[in-house]
Amino acid sequence: MGDRADSWVGRAVPRLEDAALLTGNARFIDDLSPLPGIRHVALLRSPHPHARILGIDAEAARAMPGVVGVVTGAELREHLNPLASAVRAPMAYYPIAIDKVRYAGEPVALVAAEDRYLAEDAAEAIEVDYQPLDAVVDPLAALATEAPVLHEEAGGNLVHHRQFAYGDPEAAFAEAAEVVRLAWRYPRQSATPMETYGAIAHFEAAPERYTVWSNFQGPFILQPLMARALGIGGNQLRLIAAAHSGGSFGIKQGLYPYLVLLAAASRLLGCPLKWVEDRLEHLSASSSAADRADEIEAAFDGEGHLTGLRFDNLVNVGAYVRAPEPASVYRMHAAANGCYRVRHIAIQNRLVTTNKLPIGLNRGYGGPQFYFGLERAMDLAARRLAIDPAEIRRRNFLAADGFPYEGPAGAIYDSGDYGKGLEMLLEIADYPTLRARRDAARAEGRLFGIGLAAGVEPSGSNMAYVTLAQTPEEREKAGGRSGGVACASVAMDPSGTVTVHLDSTPAGQGHATVAAQIVADALGLRPEQIQVDTAMDTGSGAWSLASGNYSNRFAAIVVGAIAESAGRIAGKLKAVAAELLEVAADDVELAEGRARIAGVPEQGIALGRVAAATHWHPAGLPDGMAPGLYDTALLNPAVLDAPDGADRVASAVTFGFLCDLVALEVERATGRLRIERYASVHDVGRVLNPIVVEGQVRGGFAHGFGAAMFEELAYDQDGNFLSGSFADYLCPTSADLPPLEFANYETASPQNPFGSKGMGDGSSMLTPVVLANAVADALDLDEVELPLSLDRVWRLANPETDGR
Amino acid sequence: MMRLPPGQRTRVTCTVNGQAHSGFAESRTLLSDFLRHELHLYGTHVGCEHGVCGACTVVLDGRLARSCATLAVQAEGAEITTVEGLAADEGLEPLRQAFSRHGALQCGFCTPGILASASHFLAARPDPTEAEVRDMLSGHLCRCTGYEGMVRAILEVARETTEGANQ
Ligand code: FES
Ligand code: FES
Repeated sequence: MGDRADSWVGRAVPRLEDAALLTGNARFIDDLSPLPGIRHVALLRSPHPHARILGIDAEAARAMPGVVGVVTGAELREHLNPLASAVRAPMAYYPIAIDKVRYAGEPVALVAAEDRYLAEDAAEAIEVDYQPLDAVVDPLAALATEAPVLHEEAGGNLVHHRQFAYGDPEAAFAEAAEVVRLAWRYPRQSATPMETYGAIAHFEAAPERYTVWSNFQGPFILQPLMARALGIGGNQLRLIAAAHSGGSFGIKQGLYPYLVLLAAASRLLGCPLKWVEDRLEHLSASSSAADRADEIEAAFDGEGHLTGLRFDNLVNVGAYVRAPEPASVYRMHAAANGCYRVRHIAIQNRLVTTNKLPIGLNRGYGGPQFYFGLERAMDLAARRLAIDPAEIRRRNFLAADGFPYEGPAGAIYDSGDYGKGLEMLLEIADYPTLRARRDAARAEGRLFGIGLAAGVEPSGSNMAYVTLAQTPEEREKAGGRSGGVACASVAMDPSGTVTVHLDSTPAGQGHATVAAQIVADALGLRPEQIQVDTAMDTGSGAWSLASGNYSNRFAAIVVGAIAESAGRIAGKLKAVAAELLEVAADDVELAEGRARIAGVPEQGIALGRVAAATHWHPAGLPDGMAPGLYDTALLNPAVLDAPDGADRVASAVTFGFLCDLVALEVERATGRLRIERYASVHDVGRVLNPIVVEGQVRGGFAHGFGAAMFEELAYDQDGNFLSGSFADYLCPTSADLPPLEFANYETASPQNPFGSKGMGDGSSMLTPVVLANAVADALDLDEVELPLSLDRVWRLANPETDGR
Repeated sequence: MMRLPPGQRTRVTCTVNGQAHSGFAESRTLLSDFLRHELHLYGTHVGCEHGVCGACTVVLDGRLARSCATLAVQAEGAEITTVEGLAADEGLEPLRQAFSRHGALQCGFCTPGILASASHFLAARPDPTEAEVRDMLSGHLCRCTGYEGMVRAILEVARETTEGANQ
């Protein structure tokens, strides 16, 4: 499939989404008013990073004009169960503070009023009596015995600790010719979609149920968790995702506690509630990637073969462990060998709570932090062993003829040819010339550096990988977990036109277009003839735990479900048409809107007539054939098995590959980085639509570049939040980004009918480390941290000034 | 000067996309909220309300304005063009198609503001350099695309229009 020269799949089909977006006709959550009587919510949030709530006086606020009501955590508590996670430490997470606030920005009270302005007025009139407590924001400081404890019940801030060994890491390190060791801090960042969180929650007493419209994007494994928090059955919580979402990059996963909060408040106040987050709320209290204090040790033999790895990961989860955390530290776990052959790996994972906002999904999800260690270590080893950084990677790559490859921690790599990608990269970037330029620049005393990085991009997550947070015995007790189910429905109506439903809640990734390309190929139609409904509704469409938009699952798994469903519709159309044409079903082909006899294209009938027969005249259908043309596929990739007793798991379905090279000069006088060249080569399997693929690569690069250069959700030592606007949290603009030279090649994945792999995260994972590698090379340093802000780089480039 | 006590609404009348519109606003009502929730022109988007991201950009009396940093009452008697008005401009069809071809949009949330700026810019600067385009776009944040597609689309349309005019 997808191979035919005339297929839509693979072509640069302009996106079907674009027309509405370019004319102001696309509707986002804040544009919706799905029922009458909606009241508007403002949230009062804690100004303190850590404080006890002694009392809340909302009398004045309740009496203000236009105010419908105020709800506090203490009032909501009776109606809510805590939100669960895979971490078993005793600590309760509610969507609103109950008796203590644990980060600046934590919701303390909810106000509903006629409009948002009045709600905000009333929120200001609420008086909260706080008893401030000492705060801690640094993950290492939070481990100290004298550190302020966030959750007294948990007995300390260390809330999760597991150690793993694969192969024989002890022996690998004992026998190593060279061991490199690095310790570093990785800053906190957030992908900050341009559209913030938004939701409308509506409680109905009879029958008792909640309907919530929002821009939540899954994973829908959180739906049953939300229902439990509300104390209701799953079918009493209907989640509807708006058809358009203004970006997510994982971040909108963190919306779910707010959905629970709004739902419960809608019940208490007796009216539908709408809340749209403002930018300050988003930056201070939505979600973010984790900051970490990590260490890595890498063992090499004398020829630069990587023989052992030790990871020590210390994850700052923020104030609460919010599901699906601790997944971010387990996302790369099963593929901890990266793109290399190393078999002996030890991993220690610790999660620590601090007075920062809780972490969650964010583009790359644990990947940027993981690769920062591994790929810094590879560059460092290359320097120590005097091997070219490209060569040391080449020597360690998985062999191109060794796929599928089972990694030591259980990842099953589907396909690849990493050496080919690296050769392409070196050629595109003209590596020899860059090295000569570096020599020449250095001879003149200039600070010129080249950075390289390579890695795999796991896509289509196994929902069970997060259960590595539990011991095999705990998993055994909890019952089996595995899989990553995708759902898609294809329907042909009586007039012969097609509607597709997806469970992938896209936020700009062109899912509707690619789905239409797939269905058009299967049914012999044109993509623009297909309607694709991306407004997911758990009350009316097929969905499962893995539904949603994360882990690049669309091109890895969802496409297979679409193809399966469309294939069954095509089969039925052929069977019905065969009767009408009086030929065998095998002799019927679907093309140009007709069912026709293969090889005799002029003999055929319009698809509309075939479709009509299934709807208008079921009695005339072949014996045993069901009426209508409606099909739903629920597809689970067989490779996604449960974790085994040795903590190994096939964590993802497809493994893309990418490698990046950057050449830059550090301006000693200013600390500015002048990027000479940035090249990136990707293997995303078969490309389904080049416009979408290139867009994802460039967007991921922009996120990675911003993360490397200036993005940081900053707190002061006392826990005060310092990045409350886009003037403080600096995202890259068109003037900041250097030109990206992008190329791709294809090794087809055997995991779906198209050979495509998930993609979209890759560049966000490698761009930070490749820039750090180049700066380290330019300055001849071992230790470099992010962001590579002017002052940091200037200090590194001018060590003799001692930072002054 | 008109004085409006807090909480009191007044009728604001203006021309939006060539049509007379009127609706109620308080003295503090933002133009972005007025356009969206009072006039129901939801094409204008709000990304920050701090005047930084540019998503809310509209054309106000011939100039670009951040509608989140403008009060509705300031628009009394004004002429405003939003993305809905740009959509009716056939002359901008090449720009829209170029945006689509070059992947200049993904989620499209930033797009209405960027179309306002880009069309305004091209009208004043029909044959810009890449640096000028990047400079113009630097007043907008897009978290999806990395801007490259926008730069290419705008330069391509500029080139085609100038070549067309020179023929
Ligand atoms: S919403 Fe107006 S500039 Fe961001
Ligand atoms: S296209 Fe999503 S923010 Fe620009």
